[in-house]
Amino acid sequence: MDTKTIKKETNTTQTTERISGSEAIIKCLLAEGVDILYGYPGGAIMPVYDQLYKYQDKIHHVLTRHEQGATHSAQGYARISGKVGVAIATSGPGATNLITGIADAQIDSTPMVCITGQVASHLLGSDAFQETDIVGISTPVTKWNCQVTKASQIPEAIAKAFYIAKSGRPGPVLVDITKDAQFEEFDFKYKKCKGIRSYNPIPKLDHKALEAAAKLINKAKKPMIVWGQGVILGEAEAQFKAVVEKAGIPAAWTILGASAMPTSHPLNIGMVGMHGNYAPNVLTNQCDVLIAIGMRFDDRVTGNLATYAKQAKVIHFEIDPAEIDKNVKTDVAVLGDAKQSLAALLPLLEEKTHPEWHQQFKDLYAIEYEKVIKNDIHPTKEGLTMGEVLQEINNQTKGDAAIVTDVGQHQMIACRYANFNKTRSNITSGGLGTMGFGLPAAIGAKMAAPDREVISISGDGGYQMTIQELGTIFQQKTPVKIVVLNNEFLGMVRQWQELFFDKRYASTEMTNPDFVAIAKGYSIAAQKVTKREELKDAVAKMINTDGPYFLEVCVEKEGKVFPMIETGASVSDIRLE
Amino acid sequence: MNQENKLYTVTIYTENNIGLLNRISAIFQRRHINVESINSSVSEIENVTKWIMVVKLSEEQIKKIIGQIEKQVEVIKAYYHTEDEIIYQESCIFKMKSDLLFGDSQFPDIIKENNARIVIVNKQFFVIEKSGKKEEIDDLYKVLSTYGIMQFTRSGRIAITKDEMKISTMLEAFQN
Repeated sequence: MDTKTIKKETNTTQTTERISGSEAIIKCLLAEGVDILYGYPGGAIMPVYDQLYKYQDKIHHVLTRHEQGATHSAQGYARISGKVGVAIATSGPGATNLITGIADAQIDSTPMVCITGQVASHLLGSDAFQETDIVGISTPVTKWNCQVTKASQIPEAIAKAFYIAKSGRPGPVLVDITKDAQFEEFDFKYKKCKGIRSYNPIPKLDHKALEAAAKLINKAKKPMIVWGQGVILGEAEAQFKAVVEKAGIPAAWTILGASAMPTSHPLNIGMVGMHGNYAPNVLTNQCDVLIAIGMRFDDRVTGNLATYAKQAKVIHFEIDPAEIDKNVKTDVAVLGDAKQSLAALLPLLEEKTHPEWHQQFKDLYAIEYEKVIKNDIHPTKEGLTMGEVLQEINNQTKGDAAIVTDVGQHQMIACRYANFNKTRSNITSGGLGTMGFGLPAAIGAKMAAPDREVISISGDGGYQMTIQELGTIFQQKTPVKIVVLNNEFLGMVRQWQELFFDKRYASTEMTNPDFVAIAKGYSIAAQKVTKREELKDAVAKMINTDGPYFLEVCVEKEGKVFPMIETGASVSDIRLE
Repeated sequence: MNQENKLYTVTIYTENNIGLLNRISAIFQRRHINVESINSSVSEIENVTKWIMVVKLSEEQIKKIIGQIEKQVEVIKAYYHTEDEIIYQESCIFKMKSDLLFGDSQFPDIIKENNARIVIVNKQFFVIEKSGKKEEIDDLYKVLSTYGIMQFTRSGRIAITKDEMKISTMLEAFQN
């Protein structure tokens, strides 16, 4: 039975002042270090917007063009910075429009606080104008949520919201605040939340489990690591690298783990999963010890579980106890925070190199290069490929850019081919697969990291799901670089139709508008590329432009992403063509 | 692990907060699992709510469900137990026509044999209360249904474990 170790602290802010609930909300946000939030006003949240007007020199509100955009921007902000992203919306449709972003943040463990206005408490349940049960609706997709009907409840609710969003395995929370609570005056004081008795965010590290893990790793002849976003969320990049290097273990990443270790690192063997690299997928079924770190064995990673790494001893480093044995049965589970666990593991490891085992990865990479990669990034046939666009971006950004992707073929290509030097450089919708995520997420990312080059890469489908956020870029003058890889298809669905539905292209062909004209309508410099010889200059122009820039690249219409593990197939049955 | 479906009694200690019922039931709903019964009450610890749920699942499934329940911020601790690890009761009430009590009535015997009791009698109806295991209640139901039951309600299972629940020491550790 676990014993809780968190202790309650009582360092209350001494000063109290009589203010409205809405002003208290702003003061709570300021106390939590929030200087930017994304949202959209409306009736039930107007008192808070009135305070945002008053506090505009301290807290910057970004008016997105849709509440979904506000959540994705807050997610992008959180993903690149590690800080909590904040989104705010009114009741009813404003609140329901947040749901996709909240669900996305939940499955991708992104710290986000959403604040929604609600009809006055005496109207609750009366089907009042713009009333919706957002607490009920958001329950299954939030880490925690609550409704506040009195001003005096606001400070504690917001303090808990930030604590819960950021601690342990992060996630989205929602605080719904009735309009009368926003107007009501009360004696405000703020106390940061330091612990909740029913909530144990970081399980205590079990040294016996750690020793058992070290023993298995030290004995292993063919060890392999698969790491996930836990390494990034736990800020454990340095400890992770030290472990990988000392034990000489080939390390592969899940889509959300990308960039935690530089692409160029010799022990970085690429991506696992459905469109991951050939070697790590095939050799998952040959390794003798599989070390999973901060990842959750998603079905897109494992393929058929019945044939996944059955020969291997599985070690799982994980912060969330509910993930242990959820999909893959572990031999040793090491619960805890990745930074702590990996730091404690390091001295227990023996120095190893495993040269023959490494050679197996190299040999398989050579096959993948010949059959897939070469044709993707250095194509000779007619028609631009998504891969060569990524390669050109790599060449010109030298791997320093943060790449924000949407969902689909371009996303898989970007994750496969983008070079990353720095952590938190790959921002994408992994678990939920939310088309429309990319553009607004890039806005948030650029605002959180203005010194970094932030490139949004979308397909023509997803781009049009949140294209209205060009208005946000225009108004905020956010210098994001927008690349649309246009194949005039919902490419990934089309690829599946080609492979599994006899090329019956049901509703996947897109008749697209003049994207350049649309960008220009928002005063965003824009260019369209249709030929290979134009690509280099166009990318250069995009990167050298100070403000936002839109680049449309017309790519081959029926390109496919390979390798590919078909649904229900084993990771080692990955197709190269 | 045992893949066979068995009846498990889930005990959940939580904070007493609005919305938690929704949060916990969503865990079952999302996985298309039917809940046999549910009961919420105060517990042996002040300000801690105790839920007793009964579900039919494999041990592998119930373990995962417990993990998901415990993951909820306002859940203090969740446990699962098999039938032989707990002591449990259910309660039910029957509303019957008062005529049945008159004349050469078998009801005093039925009530006695089934360890039930009469709660109220008036001219129109009388009410029988019975606590016990599900099977005992089912037996009484069968007997009474031959006479015509006007109304019937059964409660969810309430249960306590034979072994100690170590939750109090856990909460103390937090407070210190």
